[in-house]
Amino acid sequence: MNERAYDIVIVGSGAGGGTVAQELSSLCREGLRIAVLEKGPKLRDEEFTGREFEMARALYDEGGGFLTADSTMTLAFGSAYGGSTAVYTGTSLLPPERVIRGWNVPGLTLEEVELRAQKFKTQNNVHLIEDELINENNRLFVEGCRTLGWRAGQFPVNVKGCRGSSLCNLGCPNQAKQGTDRVQLPAAERNGVEIITRCEVLRLEEKKLRVRVAAKPDGAKGEPSTWAPGDYTISAKMIVVSAGAVNSPALLLCSGFGARLPRLGHGFTAHPALIVVAEHERPITNFVGHPKSFYLDQFAESEQFLLETCMYFPFITAKSLAGFGEEHSAFMRAYPRLQMILVLACDHAEERNRVMINGAGKPVVHYHFTPEVRRALVRGAVAAARIFFAAGARRVHLPMAVPPTVEAHDAARLDRIAEEVPFQLGKVTVSAAHLQGGCSMGRTTSDSVTDEFGRVHGVPWLRVADASLFPNSVEINPYLTIMSLADRVAEKIREEVRNP
Amino acid sequence: LPAQSLADFMPSNENSSSSSLPPALAAFRPLLRAIACTIVPEAAAMGENAWQEFHALLDAALGDRPPALQRRLQFFLRAIEWMPLLRFGRRFTSLSLAQRAQFLASLENHSLQIIRSGFWGLRTLVLLGYYGRPAAIAGIGYAADPRGWEARR
Repeated sequence: MNERAYDIVIVGSGAGGGTVAQELSSLCREGLRIAVLEKGPKLRDEEFTGREFEMARALYDEGGGFLTADSTMTLAFGSAYGGSTAVYTGTSLLPPERVIRGWNVPGLTLEEVELRAQKFKTQNNVHLIEDELINENNRLFVEGCRTLGWRAGQFPVNVKGCRGSSLCNLGCPNQAKQGTDRVQLPAAERNGVEIITRCEVLRLEEKKLRVRVAAKPDGAKGEPSTWAPGDYTISAKMIVVSAGAVNSPALLLCSGFGARLPRLGHGFTAHPALIVVAEHERPITNFVGHPKSFYLDQFAESEQFLLETCMYFPFITAKSLAGFGEEHSAFMRAYPRLQMILVLACDHAEERNRVMINGAGKPVVHYHFTPEVRRALVRGAVAAARIFFAAGARRVHLPMAVPPTVEAHDAARLDRIAEEVPFQLGKVTVSAAHLQGGCSMGRTTSDSVTDEFGRVHGVPWLRVADASLFPNSVEINPYLTIMSLADRVAEKIREEVRNP
Repeated sequence: LPAQSLADFMPSNENSSSSSLPPALAAFRPLLRAIACTIVPEAAAMGENAWQEFHALLDAALGDRPPALQRRLQFFLRAIEWMPLLRFGRRFTSLSLAQRAQFLASLENHSLQIIRSGFWGLRTLVLLGYYGRPAAIAGIGYAADPRGWEARR
């Protein structure tokens, strides 16, 4: 067995782990040894090709195909240097005040979250994309909302030198997106933090990690790990778990913390999402330009859904369209004329929705669709259809409707769909990428897993810093909030290290 | 929302490590082609090289998955081949295109969620095999380019 020793080990390199790595890296100058362990590979710049099949396999956990226990929802999360920040669109918003207030985390306010986020907005070049670089897929969303009297907002995004490849979700081929893979991790490495890729943490023990470093598979993308393949035992005075809302609670469960932490794995939320597609009479610019420039959140509180612009790749588009045969193919052949909107349900922590582990110690996510979530998805899809028609679309594909195609002249059918159409799980493609909860912050073991600084209750050497800390849904794209909380966790660690 | 599954083709929560297996679907290729031509009518015009690409994509996607899932997929495919005997008096591969579509639609809309999910997984796998090919995405006019706007000028 190989052995290593560090002062601090961070598990995961995404928005949480990457932030903690950077924020603790100043301690390296004081003689501390810090390492980040990342399960995924680090790709070379030239390996970001934008090709759907090969990039998804290279950058996502299970190729992007992690399914919930009953197979009704796909969970997409990154497994690479930079975690999910390698594959997000860089949308940089903070939640409304009511969300942070509702979390009821001692001492945590929106003002503090905003203040911390400002640092990362600056570092990551968060700004509004210039008007001349907005494509028609996004412009039509704004036009449709305006016609309906709805208020579309523009996403600030964290890009620098964006060329508009539209390939954000497959890893930016131009290195324009400023995720932790481009900003925080390189900064941490410059300050002396070691980052070990292809390194999976199997189990935590008292100030120890059992890990396995994998060899680079033949033909796979990415650099080999800096460590030789094999099993290692790593000693660490402090361990920060930032493996995401699926893998962080699973790792703690696998390590035997479930008995003392009854809320471990509970409180999982995901923003279950549908892709809704419309066809226009003429080709529009859709697979060029930043894909996600606008959103509509005015129904988040009243109807529990968000709408966001999006443009997905051929296979995902095909998968998202319901049915098969000629009607399905006709939409696919219309690809250059397609407009897309993502409908996200603002789900809330629910007792049945939780992360568990199977006999092999791997995560199993149980997710029950409440009537509220189903209704939010249907009504959100109908709202998206209204936007499409207001923007001039000639037909819309609503995956839960029977038949799924709604022609413009038959738009009155939307009212009936909104009120009457059931949501058939297992038939409609539902996916989620905003995975949250499972190690939530709070006061005691009866309501949470960690305290307000990510300290695991009763385990002073163990911290959590990622989206699993969220006590409930953040109701907006989460990465900036994750970074703020990770910054909070890191600040407390620095204080404790310097003033033991 | 990041890209989703290239492997989420069958219901499973099993994440146990997979072993290196021979292509799980080799024995089902005629059936898979019949299903594919029903799901994507354009597949009927594919030549042998295109079918080889199709099968290679399916094998690659399946190769990473647990053996138990592969066995379930094989069971589901056998059921698809033989279940039409009860309704049409013929195996799936002997049905007309309209009958095949009718049968697959009955799976897609089945009252049991597990059947719907199974068909969803199989449909996803077939769509991956078809739309994972460069010729297919060129055929629908998709031409995203890493150079972005510059490639349009």
